[in-house]
Amino acid sequence: MGYGNAPDEPEFGAGSDAPARVVPDAPAAGPVVRTHTSGPGDNALFEYLLRLGDDRLILGQRLAEWCGHGPILEEDIALANVSLDLFGHATLLLKLAAEVEGNGRDEDALAFLRDAVELRNVQLVELPRGDFGFTIARQFLFDAFGELYFAALARSTHEALAGIAAKAHKEIRYHLRHSTDWVLKLGDGTPESHARMQRAFDELWRFTGELFAMDDVDRAMVEQGIGVDASTLRGAWRDRVNAVLAEATLRVPDDGYMVGGGRLGRHTEFLGHLLAEMQSVVRAHPGAQW
Amino acid sequence: MTDTQWPLWEVFTQEGQGAPHEHAGSVHAVDAEQALQNARDVYARRGKVVSLWVVPSIAISASTPEDVGPFFDPGNDKPYRHPQFYKVPRGVRVY
Repeated sequence: MGYGNAPDEPEFGAGSDAPARVVPDAPAAGPVVRTHTSGPGDNALFEYLLRLGDDRLILGQRLAEWCGHGPILEEDIALANVSLDLFGHATLLLKLAAEVEGNGRDEDALAFLRDAVELRNVQLVELPRGDFGFTIARQFLFDAFGELYFAALARSTHEALAGIAAKAHKEIRYHLRHSTDWVLKLGDGTPESHARMQRAFDELWRFTGELFAMDDVDRAMVEQGIGVDASTLRGAWRDRVNAVLAEATLRVPDDGYMVGGGRLGRHTEFLGHLLAEMQSVVRAHPGAQW
Repeated sequence: MTDTQWPLWEVFTQEGQGAPHEHAGSVHAVDAEQALQNARDVYARRGKVVSLWVVPSIAISASTPEDVGPFFDPGNDKPYRHPQFYKVPRGVRVY
């Protein structure tokens, strides 16, 4: 199979033979760094699948960092299970993306040979894992979103995508049950756990707007009956989050400034470090076979 | 020394409709919901489990090693306790 860009692809980025292009560090609100995967372009479906897959790829990697560091053995296993589920979703979505792209890349090349500016995940999932409370708070916010999103995506007119979504949705329902239980226990726990959970939600809140943002790619997918209009899910998501946080005796943060840009390749400084670790083996041993 | 572990729960898994719930192991958890989730993650992720029970370990009364003699002495000198003297009538299917 072989990794790397096909010869007829733009010559830059991971796996290219061309000298590394100097990519300026993208400031949070700076200009979009155009890559061959940015923008609606001529293949909105490819772009859309990358977004779905990258969210799960990156969060799976963040959760995998807990392996061997969980607060108790059972939770260590639970976090690794969720991580593996997310990698499973990412594998299917990126495999489909590779087929749609039709440029000779496979799901491994998409996962391990793209640089940060080519990744399309929301910034929420790339933030460092923090303490256990932070990991749980993020997981709950993401699971509550994913549960609604994938239920809707399972009704996609794209048969393969609908199938992936239906399978993933079952697993996401369990993820949400698990993260919800922990939010309740930690929020309504000790003063220490309560304070940590409140701090985590306060810190994470400005990253939640991006989950519901819609651009030309999303709108094109909705028009074709393939994608989900995330903006319509916000009300139900807020209801769920409000209810759980209220029961957990936590305050729902105020909607203030929301960051964004992950869908266009603008990321926090943390993603590059994550990729450096996640991609190190593949990049050190290109084309290696297990 | 104080025990800082969370309470222990015994886990029973059922691998098909009608099959018995069998003891699979144990997990630590602070309540039943968490015990169910931990049991699911530790014992039911692979395989074909269709049902889970979790029971607080302290709710189980167990025989002790000293009970072995009085409880379980098989009574091999009491052959009438064993059913192998009976002939299965013709026409009855043996499972």
